Amino acid sequence: MIEPGEAIGLVETQRAELFTAERPLLLGSGRQLAPVEVAFETYGELNEDRSNAVFICHALTADAHAAGHHGDPERRGWWDNLIGPGRPVDTDRCFVVVPNLLGGCQGTTGPSSIDPATGQPYGLRFPALSVRDLVTVHRRLLEHLGIERPMAVVGGSLGGMQALQWALDYPEEIGGAALICASSRLTAQNIAFSAVAREAIMRDPDFNGGDFYGRERGPELGLALARMTAHITYLSEEAMRQKFGRRRQDPDAPPVEPGVAESDFDVDFQVESYLRHQGLSFLDRFDANTYLYFSRMMDRFDPFSEPEAFQRMKQLVTRFLVVSFDSDWRFDTGHSRVIQRALARAGAQVSFREIESPWGHDSFLLEIPEYHRTVQTFLNRLLEEQ
Amino acid sequence: MSLRPDLQLVAGLVPVGSRVLDLGCGDGELLAELIAARSCSGWGVELSDEGFYGCLARGVPVVQEDVDSGLEGVERDEVDVVVLSETIQALHRPELALREMARVAKLGVVSLPNFGYWRLRLELLSRGRMPASAELPHPWFETPNIHLCTLGDFEDLAAECGLSVKQRIPLNANHRPAGGLAGLRPNLLAPGAIYVVERS
Repeated sequence: MIEPGEAIGLVETQRAELFTAERPLLLGSGRQLAPVEVAFETYGELNEDRSNAVFICHALTADAHAAGHHGDPERRGWWDNLIGPGRPVDTDRCFVVVPNLLGGCQGTTGPSSIDPATGQPYGLRFPALSVRDLVTVHRRLLEHLGIERPMAVVGGSLGGMQALQWALDYPEEIGGAALICASSRLTAQNIAFSAVAREAIMRDPDFNGGDFYGRERGPELGLALARMTAHITYLSEEAMRQKFGRRRQDPDAPPVEPGVAESDFDVDFQVESYLRHQGLSFLDRFDANTYLYFSRMMDRFDPFSEPEAFQRMKQLVTRFLVVSFDSDWRFDTGHSRVIQRALARAGAQVSFREIESPWGHDSFLLEIPEYHRTVQTFLNRLLEEQ
Repeated sequence: MSLRPDLQLVAGLVPVGSRVLDLGCGDGELLAELIAARSCSGWGVELSDEGFYGCLARGVPVVQEDVDSGLEGVERDEVDVVVLSETIQALHRPELALREMARVAKLGVVSLPNFGYWRLRLELLSRGRMPASAELPHPWFETPNIHLCTLGDFEDLAAECGLSVKQRIPLNANHRPAGGLAGLRPNLLAPGAIYVVERS
C-alpha cells in the first residue's frame, strides 16, 4: 500500500534523440536506423561521481513510466512498488533511468514511427531487432546522461534478458545485474505461444501487411487475442483459481434461451471477462507491429550459444542476482537455473533464489516481501561498495 | 572482523586463488574471508533465508537450495575445493554429498563434531540418554544434526566415497587444534575435527 509521501510524485517522460542521420544506430543485422528518439524517465539524483545509476529494462509490453504518476496519483507507474524512496530500488540513494525500448510504441522510435525515407510509418519495413540492439541504445542513453557505468541493471522477463545481454557484451561495465524471471533461451512451448500471438495479429483482416496506421481499423481483434493468450501464460493456474475460480460474471443471469446459440458463447465466467478486458485495454496503448518485433526478438534470443560467450564471461566483473518464482510457468525456475549455471560455470559471481509466490510470471510486478527484500539487499550491497 | 577459530583454520586449508563451493555456507562468513584474504572465488549453498540474506549483504555469491539436492548441475571438476563446514551432520544424504564432492572438486575441506568424543560416550553410557554438548546442544527430537557420526565413521565413509584423508586436525572444545593426547586418539579425545580430503 502506498502511503502519501512515501512514493515518487509527479514525473514526466523525457525524450532524447540519441541517433541521427549523421550518427545512425548500427544494428546487429548490419542495417542502420536514424533518427532514433528515446522516451525515458529518471527518478532520484545522480551523485557527484555518477556511480549510483540503476538502469531499469522493461518487459514486452511496458514503457518508460515505471514509477510515480503523470497527474493522477492513483494511476502509478508499472514498477512503482519496487522503485521509490526507501523501496528496494531506493530513489533516495540511486539515480534510476527507465527508457521505452527501441522498437516500442510509447515514445521511442519503432514500427509506428515515420520512416524519413518514405514519409510514412515504417510498419514491417522497420528493421528486425535483437536484444543486443536494445542494449546499444541503452548505453547511448547513459552516455547522453553522462554516465559511464551503471551501478546496476535491473529487469524482469525480457528486461532481465537485456540485462544479461548487456553484461555479456560488456563484461566490465555493470556493477550488478538483477535478472528476475528471465530466460536465456525460450523453449519450444514459449515460442509456440509467441507464434499464436503473431498469427492472431497477422491473420486479422485489418492487419494489411503491417500498414494499418491512419486507417479506420487496425488489427485490434488480433492484438487483443494475442494479449489474451499471453495473459494466460503470465498467471498460474492457482492465481486464476484464487482470482476468479469458476465464478460467473452474472450469477443471477437467467438461463440462456434455447436456440439463441450465440449469446451462450459470450462472456459467462469471470475469467473470460478479465481476459477480454485485458485484451481490449491493451489496444489503447500498444502497437501490433511492436508486438511482432518484440516477440520474435525474444524467440531468437540465445546469448550463451555464441561461440565467444564463454570467453567473454570469464572477464565478468558483474555481480548477478537471478530470481525465479515457483509458480511461474512462462519462464519457470529452469530458465533461471540455466542462466545461473552458465554464469557460475564461467566463474562469474551469481546468486540465485526461487521465491515462493502463487502469482505466476506476473509475480515480478507484485509486492512480494521476500522478493523485494532480496532485490533490496542485493542493491544495498552495491551501494555500500560505491 | 574476527573469524571463528575453526573457520579460520578451514580458511587456511583452502589454497590461495581457489574456486570454492561452500555447502551450507550460513551467512557467508567463511567465503567472505576466502574472497577477501585468499583471492578465492566461488559461491555458497544455503537453505535458510537468513543465511541467504547474510551472504547477499556481504556480497558473497549464494544459491538458495538444499545441499541434499544441490549439486546436480555442477560439472565434474567445476570447482577446486568443496567446503563442508559443520554441515555434514545436518544432511539427509551425507553419502551423496561426499560422492558429489569427489566429483566436482579434487579437494574437500570438512569439519564436523565427533560423536565418539569420550564425554558423549560417557554420558550415553552413564545416563542412557542422548548426550548434549556445546557442539551438539539440541535435544534429540529437534536437532538439525540428524546424521551424527564419529570421526572413525566419517573416515570410513569418506574412503567409500572415493576420498582419501590428506590431513586431519583434531579440535579442542575451543575450536582450536587439540594438542597432546587428543592428537593421538582423536576419535576418543577430540570433540571435533577438520579434514582435508582429496579424490583418491
